[in-house]
Amino acid sequence: MYSHTEEQLTFWEKFQERYFMNSKAGKIFVYVVLTLWSMTTIFPLAWVLLNSFKESRQIITGTFNIPSDPTMQNYINAFETVNIGKSYLNSFIISGSVVLLVLFLGGLAAFAMARMQFKLRGLLQALLVASLLIPAFATIVPVYRMMIGMDLVNTYLALIIPQTAGNLPFAILVISGYMATIPKELEEAAHMDGCGRFKMFTKVFLPISLPSFSTVGIFVFLWSYNDLFSSLVLVSHEKVAPIVVLLSNVSSQYGTDYGLMTAAIAMTIIPVLIFYLFAQKTFEKGATSGAVKG
Amino acid sequence: MKGDKLYIFLFLTPAFAVTGIFLYYPFVENILQSFYKTDGFFNSTFVGLENYVRLLNDEIARGALFNSLELMLYVTIFQVGIALILAIMVNSITKGAGFFRTTFFFPIVISGAAIGLLFTLIYNYRNGLLNEMLVNLGFERVLWLTEQSSLYMVAIPTIWNYVGFYFVILLTAIQKIPNDFYEAAQLEGITGMQKMFKLTIPLIVSDLKTCIVLAITGTLKIFELVYIITKGGPANSSEVLGTYMYQKAFQDSAMGYGATLAVLIVVLGLTLAFVTNKLLQRDEVTY
Repeated sequence: MYSHTEEQLTFWEKFQERYFMNSKAGKIFVYVVLTLWSMTTIFPLAWVLLNSFKESRQIITGTFNIPSDPTMQNYINAFETVNIGKSYLNSFIISGSVVLLVLFLGGLAAFAMARMQFKLRGLLQALLVASLLIPAFATIVPVYRMMIGMDLVNTYLALIIPQTAGNLPFAILVISGYMATIPKELEEAAHMDGCGRFKMFTKVFLPISLPSFSTVGIFVFLWSYNDLFSSLVLVSHEKVAPIVVLLSNVSSQYGTDYGLMTAAIAMTIIPVLIFYLFAQKTFEKGATSGAVKG
Repeated sequence: MKGDKLYIFLFLTPAFAVTGIFLYYPFVENILQSFYKTDGFFNSTFVGLENYVRLLNDEIARGALFNSLELMLYVTIFQVGIALILAIMVNSITKGAGFFRTTFFFPIVISGAAIGLLFTLIYNYRNGLLNEMLVNLGFERVLWLTEQSSLYMVAIPTIWNYVGFYFVILLTAIQKIPNDFYEAAQLEGITGMQKMFKLTIPLIVSDLKTCIVLAITGTLKIFELVYIITKGGPANSSEVLGTYMYQKAFQDSAMGYGATLAVLIVVLGLTLAFVTNKLLQRDEVTY
């Protein structure tokens, strides 16, 4: 059927022929389905964004209309009435600290796990894999009581420490998995040149493993930024609460102010979406490698 | 290398101290606390299995358990199913594949809180997205969040939120299949859709299994969407184990009982992961 052109066909074209016999109808069907699904992911966000530039009254009279005279009032309200700027800052302080701590502590531990021989290695490895199965529900009651005992509830540390602990096993597994693939010769050469273990980590393994550090950093940031459950329990006071907590309060206090609600949603989503568009490749790679290892 | 012992100690201790104190210890402590009745924060009395007996007789907990299991069924079937169809389709096209990859994946990066709020606006009676569409098309408004419908209404955003994740895993798996397989099948005379069912799907079965296990265990962690959209209501009709655990431990101050519910969530997660692994093991194909 394809004998004489087969060599020239790309992998994708071959697939297309295989599944859909290259028929026009098949092709159109595929594109219609794919477009419909992408509309479900784009349309709600576009709707929110559109409405965030309208007065609440206009949202009620016509949610689909393009704003006739766009207003920034909802965004101004978000900063003035619910102090969204402060929650932004809180989110970045908390999630930024968690990422730095996880990468620093996790990187060191990953290096030892990947490149050094010791008796407990197998046991620690099993412990790390098992800890991926511990959900936040299973630790939150004792953690909350510990934080009360240390008088840390409603401080940044109350969330930073448990989130760091929760993300470390994932970080160590991913980074040490990456470090384990680095050739032994490199390590030996560095040793010949007089590199000690610490220098070996900072000058050789850290730079080579940067891709795994960035994957872990991106995921940990996202999980921390989006974690409503632990935040509600440990840092619900508005002085330290991250943006997700503010969001859950806005709906109960200002549920009828659609303009404010849409602006608040848009402001929570936009930074992560921009972040995603820049780091998309890393995200997707991390999703697949994480799934295979986990 | 000589003197490695000191470095091993220095490199490992900080990380394992933090996880030890704030992950492993609380995990064990949570199991112990499930045997205590706790009023207030520090007054605990040992009550043996009383919390577990209470769990057995608690109708809301039973409802939350069944809701969680029902949600698990929908989520697994639709998340992995839709993701598989989309992955096969995107794999078959040349133009626009990058665009679909990007748009399908991005709901994952949005927080459950934001998606939850977004869907409360979509379901809103007076001027939500759905009702406005109905009104524009000349239909009556519908009350979307009722006792009968609330569980489906939280299932939809949950499914929508994570389809892209499984889509990326499956698409990557499909793209890894060596082309020789298709060439060999071509010679055998297999064509069209047959290849999808006889070749592609059997060859990615281990990745499908991973997706199914992740979807099942992931459902037990559901909290944000339900908490924001329905708070478990109306009349506990969309209560899941996560929201009920939060309510008992942190709103009703029944910490010991909350810990018991957390034990249930963990045991259920482990059992389900183990059982699905066992059930799906036989079909494994390697290349």
